Amino acid sequence: MAVAGSAVGLGNFLRFPGLAAQYGGGAFMLAYAISFLIIGLPIGWAEWAMGRYAGSRGYNSCPGAFAAILNKRWAKYVGIIGVIVPVVIYMYYVFIESWCLGYAVKFWSGGVHLTSADQAVDMFKAMSGQSADGAALTFSWDAALPWLLIVFVFNFWLIYRGLSGGIEKMCNYGMPLLIVLALVVLARVMTLGAPDPAKPHDNVVNGLGYMWNPSKVQIERTQPAPGEKALVQELVGAAAIADAEKQIAASGGTLKLVTITPWQQLKNPLLWMAAAAQIFFSLSVGFGVIIVYASYLRKKDDVVLSGLTASSANEFCEVALGGLITVPAAVAFLGLASVAGQGTFGLGFTVLPLVFAKMPLGAFFGGAFFFMLFLAAITSSISMLQPGIAFLEEVMNVGRKVSVTILGLLTTLGTVFVVYFTSSLKALDTLDFWVGTFLIFILATIQIIVFGWHWGIERGFKEAHQGASIRIPAFFGVIMKWICPVFLLVIFTLTVLTSLFGFDLSTFSFGSASSYVLDLIGGVKDGTPVPTNQAAQLSVALVLIVFFFFGLLSARSKAYKRAEQGLPKHD
Amino acid sequence: MTTSGLIVMLISVGIVVSLFSWCIWKVLTTPNETEKIHGVDFHTPDMDADS
Repeated sequence: MAVAGSAVGLGNFLRFPGLAAQYGGGAFMLAYAISFLIIGLPIGWAEWAMGRYAGSRGYNSCPGAFAAILNKRWAKYVGIIGVIVPVVIYMYYVFIESWCLGYAVKFWSGGVHLTSADQAVDMFKAMSGQSADGAALTFSWDAALPWLLIVFVFNFWLIYRGLSGGIEKMCNYGMPLLIVLALVVLARVMTLGAPDPAKPHDNVVNGLGYMWNPSKVQIERTQPAPGEKALVQELVGAAAIADAEKQIAASGGTLKLVTITPWQQLKNPLLWMAAAAQIFFSLSVGFGVIIVYASYLRKKDDVVLSGLTASSANEFCEVALGGLITVPAAVAFLGLASVAGQGTFGLGFTVLPLVFAKMPLGAFFGGAFFFMLFLAAITSSISMLQPGIAFLEEVMNVGRKVSVTILGLLTTLGTVFVVYFTSSLKALDTLDFWVGTFLIFILATIQIIVFGWHWGIERGFKEAHQGASIRIPAFFGVIMKWICPVFLLVIFTLTVLTSLFGFDLSTFSFGSASSYVLDLIGGVKDGTPVPTNQAAQLSVALVLIVFFFFGLLSARSKAYKRAEQGLPKHD
Repeated sequence: MTTSGLIVMLISVGIVVSLFSWCIWKVLTTPNETEKIHGVDFHTPDMDADS
């Protein structure tokens, strides 16, 4: 239960359905399943094996592990990514965690009375402080600040006091509770049918269809005006399509029915990047977390089955629970239009509260759902602190309490930064992209290359199989050596070129860059000048400052000098 | 929901439920396996060293 509990987090119940809704369902699921098989499982096993090896040499941090495995001076600087990622993600993860706690208490205390989408948006804006920078720092029970203080102090209290037994008990009891709660909510959602008889198309079956149908059917304008989108409406279900055909026949040729096959959708590199990033986020692969926890294991421990069990528990919660609850419920109560194109936060914190508000016993189910999210999040956020703690212990040669104190100060500053720049959640969004997607992708790629090419598959498997009751199937050797790194490099290159810098593969010319780039350097988008964004620039500066600080500490570390020379940390 | 959507859903859910169930079965039926498998074990050795 502890294995499963620590693996399950916000990614399962919030990020996954949000991305599936954003990228249109079934095709995303195909990319997701392939990503799980060729990157999630293999890189997870690689991290477990490399972490345990580093631990056997006395190194418990990601930079230490890289230095111990590669025996190169530069290796520790690459390994710093494995400290930056969890520490920076923690800075905004606790903010989201506080929304979950706030929403759970609000539902259970009967404080949610939503009747329109605007009210749901306003409730989320008040909680997240999106109206203006600094708005989230107002002390009100409708805002995040009091919940954030509770969550932040609770996290560090647990980790500072070393209450591991308490956390493990929380996993042992919390995980079954979480699954039971999810199953109760799932049973309620599956029996919703069509809640509004006046809108028979808005039903659970169509919600499942939106989530899982591989092909998309939509109404498009035949000749959209400049600046107008071609897409008018997405459709699911035979009855909705029949109605749409009548609407198109009456439109006089201005509208058309378009079917987008899964193969057409799978040509979008951003969809693959999103699917891969979700696998990383969900399984904590490429985070620098697994490598640290694996470093505390012994040779007789089973890292192969450990990795598989943690991954399968995660996938169970994500696909069998998260994939069947959120989107179908939202479609049933609010219709397809309210769900289509919604991101993680839109779906989780505006659409779902409205769904619960409209549901019989909604206060109970809403509170249960958000409390379940909070439980899932807390073990994940605590696990994100250990890479930073282990790193500071190693480079500064200090004990755990000093290390926790320093990391507490650092993450407090970072979280205050994220919580201050809440206008359009710019700081959170920027950090989530550049660290929570971009850097994770880079670290995971480096890890699998180190495992498959520096160690080689034979040695890698030998390390992984020590103490294991099952063996990694032989075909994963080909996946880990060739398919996984090539896949990651191709997706990464295509995404950077096409989505970040607007490169058009058909004309071989550059168009408008992504907002993530324009926020940093400014530019022109669709003929309109786009100024730089101070919050986004400061967010990237924050990451660079932390990187510089960690780099400075690493450069002076005596432990890492021994690792570079191929020596264990202690004689 | 189309037939292909139903198939994708049943296969996806079926695979993850089977995989998770198999892992639980394997852990519970292999001697001493519960002591050998680990997730994120919150009790790390540095806690003992510092106490």
